[in-house]
Amino acid sequence: MKAAAAGIAFLFALSATTLTTPASAQGVLNVYCSVQVEWCTLLANEFQKASGVKVSITQKGSGETIAQLKAEAQNPKGDVWFGGTGDPHLQAAEEGLTEIYKSPKMSELHSWAVKQNTDSGGKTVGIYAGALGFGFNTELLAKKNAKAPACWADLLKPEFKGEIQMANPNSSGTAYVAIATLVQLMGEEKAFEYLKKMHANINAYTRSGTAPMKAVARGETMVSISFVHDGVTEALAGFPVKTATPCEGTGYEIGSMSIVKGARNMANAKKFHDWALTPEAQKLEAQAKQFQVPSNKATPLPPEAPKFADMKLIDYDQAKYGKSAERKRLIARWDSEVGALPKP
Amino acid sequence: MPRASLAWSVAGLLAAVVLPWYALQEGLDSGVWLSGLWSSEDYASGLGQLLAHGRWWLAPVLLALAASSTVSLLPLERERQGPLLLLASGIGLVLFVAQALGIGLRGWTVDWLNILFGELDARQVGIGAGGALVFIALLSLLSIGLALRGGFGGDAFVAGAVTTVGASIVLFTAWPILRILLQAFQDGDGAFMPALLIDRLAVEKIWSLRCLVGGGRCGVAWNTLFLALACGAGTTALGLAFALIATRTSFAYKKTLRVLTVLPIITPPFVIGLALILVFGRSGLVNQFLEWSMGVPPTRWIYGFQGVFLAQLFAFTPVAFLVLIGVVDGVSPTLEEASQTLRADRWATFSTVSLPLMRPGLANAFLVGFIESIADFGNPIVLGGDYGVLSTEIYFAVVGAQLDYGRAAALALLLLVFALGAFFLQRHVVGTRSYATISGKGDSGLPTPLPDRARRTAQWIALPWAGITLLLYGFAFVGGLVKVWGRDYTPTLDHYAKAFAIERSADGLIWSGAAWNSFWTTVKLAAIAAPLTAALGLLAAWLLVRQRFAGRATLEFATMLSFAVPGTVIGVAYVFAFNVPPIEITGTAMIIVLCFIFRNMPVGVRAGMAAMSQIDRSLDEASLTLRGGAPQTLVYVVLPLLRPAIVGALVYGFVRAVTTVSAVVFLVTAEYELATTYIILRVINGDYGLAIAYSCALIVLMLAVILLIQLAVGERRLGRRAPQIQGGRA
Repeated sequence: MKAAAAGIAFLFALSATTLTTPASAQGVLNVYCSVQVEWCTLLANEFQKASGVKVSITQKGSGETIAQLKAEAQNPKGDVWFGGTGDPHLQAAEEGLTEIYKSPKMSELHSWAVKQNTDSGGKTVGIYAGALGFGFNTELLAKKNAKAPACWADLLKPEFKGEIQMANPNSSGTAYVAIATLVQLMGEEKAFEYLKKMHANINAYTRSGTAPMKAVARGETMVSISFVHDGVTEALAGFPVKTATPCEGTGYEIGSMSIVKGARNMANAKKFHDWALTPEAQKLEAQAKQFQVPSNKATPLPPEAPKFADMKLIDYDQAKYGKSAERKRLIARWDSEVGALPKP
Repeated sequence: MPRASLAWSVAGLLAAVVLPWYALQEGLDSGVWLSGLWSSEDYASGLGQLLAHGRWWLAPVLLALAASSTVSLLPLERERQGPLLLLASGIGLVLFVAQALGIGLRGWTVDWLNILFGELDARQVGIGAGGALVFIALLSLLSIGLALRGGFGGDAFVAGAVTTVGASIVLFTAWPILRILLQAFQDGDGAFMPALLIDRLAVEKIWSLRCLVGGGRCGVAWNTLFLALACGAGTTALGLAFALIATRTSFAYKKTLRVLTVLPIITPPFVIGLALILVFGRSGLVNQFLEWSMGVPPTRWIYGFQGVFLAQLFAFTPVAFLVLIGVVDGVSPTLEEASQTLRADRWATFSTVSLPLMRPGLANAFLVGFIESIADFGNPIVLGGDYGVLSTEIYFAVVGAQLDYGRAAALALLLLVFALGAFFLQRHVVGTRSYATISGKGDSGLPTPLPDRARRTAQWIALPWAGITLLLYGFAFVGGLVKVWGRDYTPTLDHYAKAFAIERSADGLIWSGAAWNSFWTTVKLAAIAAPLTAALGLLAAWLLVRQRFAGRATLEFATMLSFAVPGTVIGVAYVFAFNVPPIEITGTAMIIVLCFIFRNMPVGVRAGMAAMSQIDRSLDEASLTLRGGAPQTLVYVVLPLLRPAIVGALVYGFVRAVTTVSAVVFLVTAEYELATTYIILRVINGDYGLAIAYSCALIVLMLAVILLIQLAVGERRLGRRAPQIQGGRA
């Protein structure tokens, strides 16, 4: 028993020694970061250099981060949540997990980034935007002599039978954006008619939102419904991937940033929040080879990035379609009318 | 016994006076607390908190501690001392727990205390070294009191072991898991509504059977069940084939076979799934070859049930093999010879004598395959396509667009029911019949060679399988050495350089590779967790097999709990339970180590129980007759005989700590990043080369560790076994 007790005592001692948070004159900041890992590291290093605040950055997907915020709500451990698609940020705002903050930088931002702030009651702000569209494997298209899809209507063509992949809205925010986009574009009834017709061409509704683009890259499927900036990343890795945004118009995600409610390092959180909205901070995105559109108007856009000016964007109603009740209703309808259809 | 009482009394009282009661932001090793043990509100010891900082609720706890110490040291008679000590330390523990749970970060933690006593403006952070040691001292004094009263055969060691194991399992397994499962009955605001469970579970998405009657998808519950049954049956059959070849044939490459069977266990997740896609996927090797040679259009058959099933077979067959090889080895040749003497041919002997004797092993292998399959997350997520199973469903109920803990808890409950169902079915199949074939008596004869029919079948199944395994691993290994896996096969060492670069500078070596940080954290934490996992697991096994005490069955069930709950649920449960005082350890290395220990302990318990039931009780009794106490018996008799089980538990504890993912996703922080979470982030990033290179490095590390442990213990094992076999078969 002594051994076991000693073991437990040892564990407590271990915890005591590992609770260490090195003191820094400017204090510390804990950031939950839901963008790609290189980008996160750059942010941490550059902010540390600029402010002297010691930054701990933990990278997790946006779904995992909101799950963590919810679990930690009684005793928050993070200060700022940077990045990840806008819906979970709106949801966190709705559930009271995040803090109201109006940055002095707000006037420098694109209108969609400001709208995200007003829609959430001031609790979150847009830091980048990425359009929804198609990814396709050029080699597979050539092999089948098929023309690349350019419009939503093209996805119903018979040559794409069993060649399209999209995510399942039950688990993926990307797929939900797609459905909400179609509903806003066509009206709800017509949108579901369309989804039912497209079902014949779908080979799988994957659980993860980024999986379809990866499948396109590896030649496992010909076409995917994804965020177009993900395709740029795959193409740069050397895969035969190209992207397009639909000619009828398309929706977009607004990558957001929120301050955690009850953050322990509130002053530093606000400092980071302001800094992250400056062009200097937003330039880091391109350095990390990410290609969403940054929210500060003055941030230069890298040449590889898909440009919003070349796309037809709808006026995506985040306030309506970001609400959990509306989301639950649309997903349930998709589930019973589309998801439950037999495999063609 | 007086020595133990003295030691714990002194430890408890010292802890209350000279160690900070609460957890420190700066850590114990910083030493900043030394000057503030009395004056600082953050660093004060229990006594300081009570007298200098007005934390009156610590008074009864400390008084009870003092009383217990006094009682345990007074020269009283056993009959009086026992109950008194029990009373004092019991009251102390109850008060300790009550104040720890009742007063939290913002005063009283429950509303009725507010109403009863009015608002309390004091606050309590997590318990630190002083508080923890006082708790342990009280617990130890309690167990001494129990033993003095005649509980546990009057043996303080057994009493202490039971309370230690029991308390740690309650704290770190039962409490967090039950707490989160309770959410299945709660609505979003935490109100208790049992009917919600039915709402959550009685839906078509879970139970639909449309895939059987043509068209449509089946519910996830059926999907999970079909997959688990197939996986259990498949891994058992393959494992048996391998075990028969390894023990009953003169197959030349048995050693290679052993290594092959270990490989999948030490493979980080996602590697097998990705390799399968590159070999069998639509643009994979096999399909490309078929199209090129015969014009067969490539298909996507790998996505869905078939793919997940195949990946799980690869991943879990080794476990079935390891379970079966001992049993196949243990079937006594005597009975087989008896059968042959009675003119049965080799096939009849095999099918009517050998196989039935392997039944417990087969049932156990099936159980393990079944449970591994339902808890598996990595393979269904990579290869499932739209074939959903409960583990992926739970994951996305927690982290997906729904964010519904209640639904996740309800589904986890369902998963637990499946696991328990399989557990009881297995017990029922094995039944109470005796399968004992190893006894102290003479055991003459050599194992019968396999009948030709069985041998050919086994070889036809096992050898192509081994071939495919080799192909997959060869292919994965190549993935770390080429530019873009599956695309650009130009050889390069860039991925290894990026991950593991070491630079020389004037100040010495700089570990500049991107992977070093997570690599060393993983090695360190796994090395701490493995021995503790093995020790706690074997201690629990020894108690369960060798000791009789009230609550034994409950304890056995509790040890199994964390095995059957999927990792994601455990991870979230740990955050929920350990993010707020009294035990506030999120963001530390300790919570990761604890998660490793209590997640992997069940296998140590199982291995220990199996090994211990083979050792004749008479050996223990002999030791006891010779006046050896329980600790001496355990250390000098039982443990030396358990060496293989110790090795197994150590290796498993280490390997699982290195390869586990889903449970620790919520526990890692910037400071304590683990290898697997790092790899997964690379995979999500599409950076397969680095992920594969890192995985290969981990495989090499684990092989080295396993070889090291086996080398250290191997000779002793031979020395122990050889005479036994000679004696048995002379």
